[in-house]
Amino acid sequence: MQQEVVLALLAKEPSHGYELRARLRDALGPLGDAMNDGQIYVTLARLEKAGQVAVERAAGMPDRPDRKMYALTAAGQHRVADWLAEVSWPKPDLAEFHLKLLAAAAAHLADPIAIVDAQRRELLRRLRDAQRAAMTEPRESDAALLLEGIVLRLQADLRWLEACERTWTMRKASPRGEQ
Amino acid sequence: MSETGNQSMLRTRGLRKEYGKEASLVRAVDRVDLDVPAGETLAVMGPSGCGKSTLLHLLGGLDRPSGGEIWLAGQRIDQMSERGMAALRRDAVGFVFQAFHLMDELTAVENIELPALLAGRSARAARRRAIDLLDQVGLADRARHLPSQLSGGQRQRVAIARALANAPMIVLADEPTGNLDSEATLDVLRLFESLHEAGQTLVIVTHDARIAATADRLISMRDGAFVDDTRLTGGTGDKLTALIGLDG
Repeated sequence: MQQEVVLALLAKEPSHGYELRARLRDALGPLGDAMNDGQIYVTLARLEKAGQVAVERAAGMPDRPDRKMYALTAAGQHRVADWLAEVSWPKPDLAEFHLKLLAAAAAHLADPIAIVDAQRRELLRRLRDAQRAAMTEPRESDAALLLEGIVLRLQADLRWLEACERTWTMRKASPRGEQ
Repeated sequence: MSETGNQSMLRTRGLRKEYGKEASLVRAVDRVDLDVPAGETLAVMGPSGCGKSTLLHLLGGLDRPSGGEIWLAGQRIDQMSERGMAALRRDAVGFVFQAFHLMDELTAVENIELPALLAGRSARAARRRAIDLLDQVGLADRARHLPSQLSGGQRQRVAIARALANAPMIVLADEPTGNLDSEATLDVLRLFESLHEAGQTLVIVTHDARIAATADRLISMRDGAFVDDTRLTGGTGDKLTALIGLDG
């Protein structure tokens, strides 16, 4: 679990680990189903060690993880503020697929168009999963908004595959630089 | 009426549609063999100009093929009389278009009951059916609205209800979400899903990947011919979480 996400969840108020988990589940909907519950405690322990999270133990209770109350320290608050201001964005790794097509064509290993077709089928299956999940989410829920982002991204990837197919179909019809 | 001895709701063999002559001959639909089992949702995808809309028009009897055969529920329809075709379009086929094609001067409920009235049903039966259908598409409270008073998504849902007025054997949809935003697209997808669950046979031509992804089967069309036929049921299984990157 990304440390910043866990820190930011604590920004509202000090919480137990299981409360953070429940809030994550609400935010992610079906996408959070496979989340490993232990992960959040591992992350909290690391943040505690780094001095970004402070822990209070309920008096007279056994020292179990779910008895601990976690709160942000000043350093933790700082890190959350920096994270909110950050403009990093996940990079779509298209270069690998692009190079796969080029290599397949250059070495006559495989038909680039067949590779594009297979890839399209895989993305359509993912889109189907995301779309089905979106259809069962209540309208305007947090999870629905996340799923919309995933659906839009997959659509963009599928459009790029269309462009790949167009280009490779044209190249097949009139090969460049071949005598 | 002869039988094909085949369970397909819709079936074509060597279906062709050509325009122009000789050097300028365009093969809009080029020897297409298609089998759509009853209850299947089929999406046909392809770039504009690939012939998918022409194919849909042939399937629904809106246009005549240059050659080949079309069978609907075991009945050959490509050689029917004009009269027979008109009855077929009215009773056996439901159409949904990108631009909705509702009658602007009629209310939602009047638009929906129109095909039933044209088919000779009583005014009362047609109205009852129309009200049921409005309810089914989630617009029971919009019965007396004119199309101009409805959003794009609502208009398309009215158009889908109208397509169902005469309980067609097959619903044919041409870019049904082409004019809709995400939210309205989801509503239409949910509606198609409920039709699918009710056993309706559906053929949708689209370049909206969202629709294609919710179908049972996807056919890709290029230059008038089918180039790929993929069964999409099953999905990826448990990889939904792989769609987001929260690890690390």
